[in-house]
Amino acid sequence: MAAAPAIASATLLRGDVRSGLSRRGRAAAIAVIVVGFLVLWEVVKWVGGDPWRIHASILGFAINYEHFPPLKWAIASDLALPHLWSIIGAYGQPAVRFGPPVWQVLIGASLFTLREAFVGLVIGAALGLLLGIVFVRFRVLERAFVPYVVASQTIPLITIAPIVVIYLGARWTSVALIAAYLTFFPVTVAALRGLRAADPRAFELMRATAASETQVLWKLRLPAATPYLFSALRVSASASVVGAIIGELPSGIPDGLGGQILQDVQYYITGPERLWATLAAAAVLGMVFVGLVGLADRLVNRGRHQPART
Amino acid sequence: MTEIRSSATQPAGTGAAPARSDAQPVVEISGAGKIFGSGPTAVHALQGIDLSIRAREFVSLIGPSGCGKSTLLRLIGDLIPASIGSVKVNGKPARQARMGREYGIVFQAPVLFEWRTIDRNVELPLEISGRPAAERRERALEMLRLVELEEFAKKYPWQLSGGMQQRVAIARALVIDPKLLLMDEPFGALDEMTRERMNSELMSIWRRTHTTVVFVTHSIPEAVFLSTRVVVMSARPGRVTSVIDVDLPQPRTFETRESERYFELVTAVREALHQRDLDAPGARESNGDAARIRAEGYA
Repeated sequence: MAAAPAIASATLLRGDVRSGLSRRGRAAAIAVIVVGFLVLWEVVKWVGGDPWRIHASILGFAINYEHFPPLKWAIASDLALPHLWSIIGAYGQPAVRFGPPVWQVLIGASLFTLREAFVGLVIGAALGLLLGIVFVRFRVLERAFVPYVVASQTIPLITIAPIVVIYLGARWTSVALIAAYLTFFPVTVAALRGLRAADPRAFELMRATAASETQVLWKLRLPAATPYLFSALRVSASASVVGAIIGELPSGIPDGLGGQILQDVQYYITGPERLWATLAAAAVLGMVFVGLVGLADRLVNRGRHQPART
Repeated sequence: MTEIRSSATQPAGTGAAPARSDAQPVVEISGAGKIFGSGPTAVHALQGIDLSIRAREFVSLIGPSGCGKSTLLRLIGDLIPASIGSVKVNGKPARQARMGREYGIVFQAPVLFEWRTIDRNVELPLEISGRPAAERRERALEMLRLVELEEFAKKYPWQLSGGMQQRVAIARALVIDPKLLLMDEPFGALDEMTRERMNSELMSIWRRTHTTVVFVTHSIPEAVFLSTRVVVMSARPGRVTSVIDVDLPQPRTFETRESERYFELVTAVREALHQRDLDAPGARESNGDAARIRAEGYA
């Protein structure tokens, strides 16, 4: 009977919707939230930001507009919260004098960081799954080592990253390892649950068929664990992007989003919108990466669950 | 009550399949018991079980919740070991028979693997025993034909109704062509109409496969309709209180359920079941509930 809530929670984590929202409806809901957020951003600027004006001529019409916000909030100043149009405009500016535009640099940096995050996720997921399999197979080891696995996650990544870079050099592979350090943990936790999640009678069935431990693992435990593993991989995918960006900081690698952020922070006083532009790129990268994992989930588990009725 | 039990050594129900001459019983249980836990909290789930089941018999185990009927089925299948006594299947210790894949099992739930299509679910036992792919496919289709579901071979379990899923589970249990089929309340979760139809289908499958069946149920009509012999059990500790031969003619059909003899046998089983209530002192009930809950947890 415990199977039903387990499946329900796994379904929630998988991101499957049975709430009655169709896929199109869900996309519309997300769009409404994003637009609402952007509108709120500019409303705050309108009420408490810095004054601004437009003197321009479009198609022969002269536009002269000056805006003086009624209030003055420090958080809404142009330095703290640049206008959306300044941030969007930043993408078109050259990254360095006479250099390529920012959007082009950011795409290159995103791909560089994506490679680190991807390799980090693969290493972390493999390590996490391996740990889960070993712990489920040998309960003694689980009791002995799981506390250390948990403790490993309380060590700040900032302290691990320089050590890895000192040991292995300032390479993108070092950064991938740093990302892996963040990604293995959710997978291990999910594997510990998922590998034991199958119906107890399914284990009896395997026993009745004189299945070996290896057969039970491949034919029952792992397939039963995939919903758990994929929900963990979604968490790990976004953690991997964060790990890769943070890992780039002590290694001084300039090619990724981390290097870009360091640079933007240095020039924040003169151009705050650049940091926001990079930040948005990092968020998009994270979403794309999580989306790719979701796509893999759909591919691997196709046919397995009743699809949501639309 | 022991004098009724002695009927276990007599020939099978008269109307049943022609008794085969091989003397060796398919299942032979002597002095078997099962104790869960130890010390003062130990629960005697089964005590002093003697039971012998010959080839082609259809034996139902019936009794109240917590009487250990599912536990007894699991002893036969070596899914849990007996605490004392001996359990033999096909003349071998239960463990050896299990390792030799000599029985199939069906549970109350279909327990189909949701990530496999129907045919690959049926193939599973053959896959585990390492049979070649071509043979697996052929056997699986043959079994799906037997349960009349071959057109659903490429569907996933969620696309089938509960009764259909249970038929797939039966096909999976029979795919290794076992001499013995263990069934643990297989139709308990189905509605009454589906259950009766499944009963008839199980009868026709049984006639065609020459399998020996041990069938756990708590439905008296189901036990009488299906069985050549009904083993009545009681709880605290779980033990066999009587064995009733069912001499209804084969094949069992819709008319069987309306025959005079059928009602007589249903009444006989019902009285055997309630026998315990008459001679059980009320004082034993109080601590019995705790024991029953514990035993059920394991069952």
